[in-house]
Amino acid sequence: MTRIIRIVRLAMKSLLLHKLRSGLTMLGIVFGVFSVIAMLAIGEGASAQAQKQVLELGATNVIVRSIKPPDEVAQTSNNSRVLQYGLLRSDYKVLTDTLPTIISAAPIREVDREVRYLKEAMNARVVGCTADYLEMNHLQIATGRFLTASDQTKLLNVAVIANEVANKLFKFENPIGKSIRIGPMFYTVVGVTKDRTASAAIGGSLSGQDYNKDVYIPIKTLQAREGDLDIKRQAGSMTAEHIELNQITLRVNDKDTVLPTAQAIRETLEQSHPRNKDYAVVVPLELLKQAEQIRMIFNVVLGSIAAISLVVGGIGIMNIMLATVTERTREIGVRRALGARQRDIIEQFLTETIVLAGSGGLIGVAFGLLTPISFLGIQWFVQNFVMEGNTAGSEVGRMFFDLEPQIAFWSLPVAFGISVTIGILSGIYPAISAAKLDPIEALRHE
Amino acid sequence: MRLAAQVVDLTKFYDLGSVVVKALRGVSTDFPEGDFVAIMGSSGSGKSTLLNLLGALDRPTSGQYFLGGRDVSTLDDDELSLMRNDMIGFIFQSFNLIAQYTVLENIEVPLLYRAGYPAIGREEREWCIELARMVGLGDRLDHRPFQLSGGQQQRVSIARALVNDPQIILADEPTGNLDSATEEEIMEILHNLNGQGRTIIMVTHEPGVARQAKRQIMMKDGLIESETIQEPSFSNH
Repeated sequence: MTRIIRIVRLAMKSLLLHKLRSGLTMLGIVFGVFSVIAMLAIGEGASAQAQKQVLELGATNVIVRSIKPPDEVAQTSNNSRVLQYGLLRSDYKVLTDTLPTIISAAPIREVDREVRYLKEAMNARVVGCTADYLEMNHLQIATGRFLTASDQTKLLNVAVIANEVANKLFKFENPIGKSIRIGPMFYTVVGVTKDRTASAAIGGSLSGQDYNKDVYIPIKTLQAREGDLDIKRQAGSMTAEHIELNQITLRVNDKDTVLPTAQAIRETLEQSHPRNKDYAVVVPLELLKQAEQIRMIFNVVLGSIAAISLVVGGIGIMNIMLATVTERTREIGVRRALGARQRDIIEQFLTETIVLAGSGGLIGVAFGLLTPISFLGIQWFVQNFVMEGNTAGSEVGRMFFDLEPQIAFWSLPVAFGISVTIGILSGIYPAISAAKLDPIEALRHE
Repeated sequence: MRLAAQVVDLTKFYDLGSVVVKALRGVSTDFPEGDFVAIMGSSGSGKSTLLNLLGALDRPTSGQYFLGGRDVSTLDDDELSLMRNDMIGFIFQSFNLIAQYTVLENIEVPLLYRAGYPAIGREEREWCIELARMVGLGDRLDHRPFQLSGGQQQRVSIARALVNDPQIILADEPTGNLDSATEEEIMEILHNLNGQGRTIIMVTHEPGVARQAKRQIMMKDGLIESETIQEPSFSNH
């Protein structure tokens, strides 16, 4: 043991003799190890982010969403230019009646309306839904209550408003019990929901949801008061859409049955929507699997790139060691004359490379641990100098700024182990060529 | 009288393809314990080749080399290295100290390569310090070679050569890089060592230095041309 300590000490002494040279040689390894850890951390963070999003949608949920078919008119009714599309109440019934693995189903109808209280008004998203909606979307009540089943059956004109809506319309008043006006009707406020972070858009089918401008009323009330026609007046023109349901969120009884159930849902809906693709079936669990696959691909690709930089670092070490051996040819000759065997010479130089690479590895790991902070710095830089203050706009932009790298702790010893291995591999050739020098020739050198 | 070393009909040929260089053509001589031999000869006479063989740095093409009773000529590289470590103390013309090591660490180097790698403990260190004192450098143990004069470096070299209590001391032009005053100092140290019973084999091209040995061997064309035995003289030239 003391022998090993002595050998390592001698190696460090040699390396410290040329501090600048040793430092520069180490840089390759430092950067390589750091980038391995950082790349994997970014991959882990992206994956965690994707997982979080998916879990928010519910791992056992299947979300069926109405999609407006592009361009042409799907169906006309009453010979007017009305676009009819989307999920039907009959779809809801068929799905809940025929598929045994579905334990709950929440129908949702959304319209954009102006909501007024006394003199205040704002544009809100009016969501016709059932009592399930609160839990399914991870919302929480701040004051009052959410909608109940009896609200539905009694077709009550009650509403639950989001926090932002409450702040805008009611300022400092307590909204509970007051009446707000949606269209021609008045609704009594029975509850206020807490603020909730927006969820991101998933794929092309689910747009990002900003829950803070919502007003929730019983879906049956909405359908009874407003019907299925949604007329929008915009800058001189008028569009009309006929939609029964915007979304049905179905909860499946078990993770394992999610995928078969989703397939069954697709087949069922295909029958009632033969021509148009006016709906989309979003299965968060599938997205999770996709995210996992993407993560693995990322890890392999990013990891390989980082590994290449490690190899380059190793080549740098080999290069310097070969030069060092040449420089110290005379010394090698002297040691051999004094009794050093070939293996002693190999040991001496190999130890130097391993200490060099290992030190680089440790420093790289130390920097790697700073990845989350460095990433914040990069985000700050991009925000202020590249995007000039305009952040979240695009989906990619949001993804970048929401990303939190998570250090995969297994990557630390792995990256360090790789650096030591590179030290060994790049040191072997110089060490062996040093050992094979002819002592007589070596003594004559220089 | 015991022999420290003995060479019997030693030859060394180098096959360079188109020509064979016959560096040694059959050298035989005895080195009794306590001998002090100077090997002389012009360039190409074979004296360097003989020194390399005596130093177990190379193997002969034919013939035998007995060192401490063993035939060294058939040993492999590892065994030769152990032989050198155990039996031979080298002194070089250009001192060949390791620049990054202190005086004490330089003296300790042969201890690093002993068979079985025994620990270097306090006893070993005391022995090295004692040797340093013996050559007059007891107060410069933590100095580096660049802080020493040529003569002082050569003295460190001598102490290093003695660390493993070798059978023979091989000196290759030990005073070649030294001025005459220092040369005297070094030769006096060698004389003292020889007086204590050490066997010293020295290669030199300076007759004045050679005369200070007990025996002079003259090499020519790969053979021993002549041998002179005389009383060692301490004269300067």
